[in-house]
Amino acid sequence: MDNENRPVFRGTPKQERELKKVIEKHKNQPGGLMPTLQEAQGIYGYLPYEVQKMIAEGLGVPLSEVYGVATFYSQFSLTPKGEHRISVCLGTACYVKGADKILAAIEERLGIKTGECTPDGLFSIESCRCLGACGLAPVMTVDGEVYGKCTPESAVKVIESYLSKEV
Amino acid sequence: MQMTIEKLNEIQERNKELVALRKLIAEQASEMLEHSQYRKQILVCGGTGCTSSGSKKVIDALEAEIKEKNLTDVLVVKTGCFGLCALGPVVIVYPEGAFYSQTTVEGAKRIIDEHIIGGKICKDLLYPETVCENGEILPLNATRFYKKQMRIALKNCGVIDPENIEEYIALDGYKALHKVLTSMSQDEVIETMLASGLRGRGGAGFPTGKKWAFAKASKGDIKYVCCNADEGDPGAFMDRSILEGDPHAIIEAMAIAAYTIGAHEGYIYVRAEYPIAVDRLKIAIAQANEYGLLGKDIFGTGFDFNLEIRLGAGAFVCGEETALMTSIEGKRGEPRPRPPFPAVKGLFGKPTVLNNVETYANVAQIILKGADWYSSIGTETSKGTKVFALGGKITNVGLVEVPMGTTLREIIEEIGGGIPDGKKFKAAQTGGPSGGCIPACHIDTPIDYESLSRIGSMMGSGGLIIMDETTCMVDIAKFYLEFTCEESCGKCSPCRIGTRRLLQLLEKITAGKGTMEDLDKIEELSSHMKVSCLCALGQTASNPVVSTLKYFREEYLAHIVDKTCPAKKCKALLKYRIVSDKCKGCTLCARNCPVKAIKGTVKQPHVIDGDKCIRCGVCMSNCKFGAIIKD
Repeated sequence: MDNENRPVFRGTPKQERELKKVIEKHKNQPGGLMPTLQEAQGIYGYLPYEVQKMIAEGLGVPLSEVYGVATFYSQFSLTPKGEHRISVCLGTACYVKGADKILAAIEERLGIKTGECTPDGLFSIESCRCLGACGLAPVMTVDGEVYGKCTPESAVKVIESYLSKEV
Repeated sequence: MQMTIEKLNEIQERNKELVALRKLIAEQASEMLEHSQYRKQILVCGGTGCTSSGSKKVIDALEAEIKEKNLTDVLVVKTGCFGLCALGPVVIVYPEGAFYSQTTVEGAKRIIDEHIIGGKICKDLLYPETVCENGEILPLNATRFYKKQMRIALKNCGVIDPENIEEYIALDGYKALHKVLTSMSQDEVIETMLASGLRGRGGAGFPTGKKWAFAKASKGDIKYVCCNADEGDPGAFMDRSILEGDPHAIIEAMAIAAYTIGAHEGYIYVRAEYPIAVDRLKIAIAQANEYGLLGKDIFGTGFDFNLEIRLGAGAFVCGEETALMTSIEGKRGEPRPRPPFPAVKGLFGKPTVLNNVETYANVAQIILKGADWYSSIGTETSKGTKVFALGGKITNVGLVEVPMGTTLREIIEEIGGGIPDGKKFKAAQTGGPSGGCIPACHIDTPIDYESLSRIGSMMGSGGLIIMDETTCMVDIAKFYLEFTCEESCGKCSPCRIGTRRLLQLLEKITAGKGTMEDLDKIEELSSHMKVSCLCALGQTASNPVVSTLKYFREEYLAHIVDKTCPAKKCKALLKYRIVSDKCKGCTLCARNCPVKAIKGTVKQPHVIDGDKCIRCGVCMSNCKFGAIIKD
């Protein structure tokens, strides 16, 4: 891992206590690494090097294995996410109904690409594979809230509604 | 609690009327109502589709209104999916069976005031198909969407409250488990499953009874049963709906499978993208444990069975059976070579049975109603029903369950209500990134395992995406390759490199730079991948390209030879043009063009410089006179 470009780790003692509890819970469970990483990401929002190291030591597995699993699955993130997480569904049903145009409109509005976070840390954009809400295609979510039957215009309006809440 | 058959029967008796009411039509129900605690039952869909369109708010509004008006004889039930996801939030009022669609908070208040209190159904809020010209109201199962359907796997979805185990028991729940544990040998269960003809609903169609027989025959002190709920095919949501609407059916079937092969532990591997399904499963497992239907000494027979949930983390390859097991073990979800097959050496190296959610959803009913009943449904080699997630360019988007052998035409034109906006049906895609497309000329193909693979597609897990004339088949093939390329785990090189090379060839073609040799390369590479990739992901990754190339070769040729995209989807091949007769010379397009590609003077027709144009479409969406067209 590149040490120089890593964002500063700002974990709190409270988070660390929670993580220790999680590690304790899964320590002797067969296949406990995945649930540990999932709950750790729930605590910290992402899986920085420091957290991976604590998990490796706590569970008694090599750090390389923790890193290997954390980088294999798309839901684990090694970098912090935006305060508001935008996710555009690129499942087939949504794609056929023009999800690519929605993603492009949001990228243009925020000036970032999918997978990136705005410089102020407010928004990050992800694409996801099918939320199973195909009846409402095309679909996007912001912080887990689902917005269905989107158009590029309505999607941008949704983003702007979050922006105006911030001011 | 130690569950006994007497207790089970008692719970069933106690809840029978409550649930039976929802399966009857008004006249039959009135007699039953006299004994019932509730005069009316309001069912609201709490599945992902309806929740996304706001069913929670509708439930809150209904409950608030009921409390305010002090209606103690009205019950609100949150159910699983009714199937018509595009019409959500869906509300059904029993005993009338009035089907309200796209219900709002205001609508909910009117339902309480006018229908529940006033006794007058709000006809303007009903799903229009259920209102006849003479004003009569049809029950839901008489509408075109439901008429040809046959619900076995979805039997309880939209009927029971999935968070209440007693409602599941009321409809014969856990009776099959009792029957198996007290009166059937392991071999008898296997024989029943074999005779029923049930085949794996995950896509490959392997006979379920055979799978169980192999695992039973494997020697080992510890064995496992697993449920594959990692529904990764984008555009498919059958398994999600079953888990959300009827989680106990899966738990019961897994316990039956465990007894049959001699396992005492089970895992359900669910996608983390399905939070509602996960919650319902957690509740269901806790309730089953509480009622003694999971855990130690079930029905006093000495049979123990524990069930755990494991969440996926967004890797499509984990839907492959060996990769799924590797993932449950907490590792990178990479597939393992077979043999050894999971029935011999599966999870944690022990003999394992892994079935798909929908497969399990059929098991309890086969045990209760018999193999003969099940095998009487469907075709010669494909028995029973199949659930499809109907999506894309179709009027009735939603979940449908039809007997095997139903034709694609019946699904699209009758159940699906046809293609919207007067467009023409072009192709249907089954099997997602592993499947192929079915062109309009094969619309009368009966849907069963053999017929679909004969025409170059596959049953798949049940995603059925309908495409119309505005869908570019080369672009769709590219879309699926982007998907498999991103989801290839990288373990074997034919898949890791092959998917990327295929994608690059398709990108070249959609960019207008393709050559005829590229088509030969695609065919050669595809045939290599089919035989040399480690798992099904790679072996089938080329299917979307091969089948579109087979049926829509002329579309590929248009991209390569004529440098045009007939569906007008591939950006690089589009040409924007101003129709000079229609152009008023308002200059709006020229002012908005980001690359200054439009020239012209005021009140004179403008012209687009094709070399400069980046095909962003801004001019076309701004033009007030419809003077700009795409060629």
